[in-house]
Amino acid sequence: MHEVITLALMDYLKSEDFRITLYLVRKSPLTMLGMTLTISLILFAILAPYIAKQDPIEQDPSKRLLPPSPEHPFGTDQLGRDIFSRVIWGSRISLTIAVIVVAISFSTGTVLGIVAGYFGGKVDELLMRITDMFMAFPRLILAMAVAAALGPGIFNTVIAMAFVSWVYYARLSRASTLQVREEMFVEAARAIGASNLRILFKHILPVTISPVIVQATLDMGGAILTAAALGFLGLGVQPPTPEWGVMVSEGRRFITEQWWVSTFPGFAILLATLGFNLLGDGINDILNVRSRR
Amino acid sequence: MDLRTYVIRRFILMIFVLFGIVVITFVISHVIPADPIGAILGPQASPELVEKIRREWGFDKPLHEQFVDYIFKLMKGDLGKSIRTNNPVVEDLLYFFPATIELATSAMIVAIAIGIPLGIISAVKKDKWPDHISRIFALVGVSMPVFWLGLILLFVLYYKLGIFPGPGRLDPGIPEPPRITGLITIDSLISGNFKALLNSLWHLALPSFVLGYYASASITRITRTALLEVLNQDYIKTARSKGLAERVVLFRHALRNALIPTTTVIGMTYGSLLEGAVLTETIFAWPGLGRYSTGAFLSVDFLAVMGTTLLIALIYSLANLIVDILYAFLDPRIRYA
Repeated sequence: MHEVITLALMDYLKSEDFRITLYLVRKSPLTMLGMTLTISLILFAILAPYIAKQDPIEQDPSKRLLPPSPEHPFGTDQLGRDIFSRVIWGSRISLTIAVIVVAISFSTGTVLGIVAGYFGGKVDELLMRITDMFMAFPRLILAMAVAAALGPGIFNTVIAMAFVSWVYYARLSRASTLQVREEMFVEAARAIGASNLRILFKHILPVTISPVIVQATLDMGGAILTAAALGFLGLGVQPPTPEWGVMVSEGRRFITEQWWVSTFPGFAILLATLGFNLLGDGINDILNVRSRR
Repeated sequence: MDLRTYVIRRFILMIFVLFGIVVITFVISHVIPADPIGAILGPQASPELVEKIRREWGFDKPLHEQFVDYIFKLMKGDLGKSIRTNNPVVEDLLYFFPATIELATSAMIVAIAIGIPLGIISAVKKDKWPDHISRIFALVGVSMPVFWLGLILLFVLYYKLGIFPGPGRLDPGIPEPPRITGLITIDSLISGNFKALLNSLWHLALPSFVLGYYASASITRITRTALLEVLNQDYIKTARSKGLAERVVLFRHALRNALIPTTTVIGMTYGSLLEGAVLTETIFAWPGLGRYSTGAFLSVDFLAVMGTTLLIALIYSLANLIVDILYAFLDPRIRYA
């Protein structure tokens, strides 16, 4: 099984298809920028213990609120913690939350969407009315309500965010399923006696997935931003966890004299979100160009 | 289907959706692990007191009875009493709502003023540097944590440079005009208090920019896409080959049609401004719905949570409804499906 995947991957990397994609990515500076930002974020998250030498949680009262210096490039906060280390470790928190939230909502939403689109009828009607209700809320407000009800914490933040995001995937994959379910290849699969389950996951899922992937990439940015907003409001991840939103909120009290406490974590949120948004935008353009070919 | 049937159908659908929202918020706020009474009374409260309060608020009844009670009260316009402020939730909402409307509306004006020109420039100069710059500007806008932008702008423009006023709706020395609409700008205009009017506009500037910048991104994007699509059409070629000036083609022929999808996005954005308002109001000490709801969420004041969530959902749905109707009205090609 492993070899099959590796071979398929090798094949793809040698194919013309991949080279065109690569060419299109290279041709667009904005997509390149997005990719660079995203890859850096992932590297920071993985390599956090090696990049950030100082403990992100341990306090040192003798080093309270020191301005940026070679030893503390982003300064220290009100408890004497190194802000650079906290920002680097924060990338782990944000990325983890975003990945889990997107993974949960992506899989739940896509499965529900293609099932509803494929079978139609009452199931479809019910799902669509449910998504209508969810979409009648601004996402952050609903996530706030759920987070407040569940109580703060990293786990509950993930649940609250996934709870409000799956509907968008369900809508998207339902719409693409509706477009393809009458196509010849689905008909053919049915004619040779493939089960519904097989048709759904082997034939329909692969062709409906690309708009959903764009949505997922854009959602990664959105998820980082929402998690930070919840943390900032006190409804998300709790201190002393080095979460960016929490850090901005903690620095609010010191903004007039110690501007660095809030500024650097905020920059991190901006750059991480921007990276995914640029990338998602770029992927979208590439998929559009490719479908026009 | 004619326009009237369409509107009626959409309206009925909206009522169903709103009912669903009542159910969702009720379930979320009543099946919670958090304990609102414990949070208010503290851990030292005697069990008798807790029991008394529980009975007073109707928490001792079975869930379905509480729900039916809530629905009946809701239909009479009673959203219950806030545990935190001890006022009827409806009164609280009416008090805090105008500030949010004022902020959201002026933010919308900012968003349109940024979004449409940028979208036009982007489309006209497609794939050239003005296009890249305006796309980056827009993407930075959606990627920006609004609470952080607000904080930084306050720090630089108010605290360091002193060109903009600090948080709040008016300077401390200026008395509020008599409350008529609750919108300070309008109220001061009505009472002829121009000092308060100018001061309130001045106070609106920064928060509106923060919120409007965030909202302008989607307007920029849709204006660009729509304009590009229109510019590719035959009637534009015709107009150009007649020898009309590019300016005339752009503004009188192309833009009119391109602005139809933009209108719908503007409507949808207005609803989502409420979301950004929660964060902006926190930073700018703006006494609006956002700050009220954050307080309610944090203290698990769940009747207030339900009330605000319902109100926001109602506005959001109404905005979407108006947009859909407007869309059908503006573009006769839409078959109201």
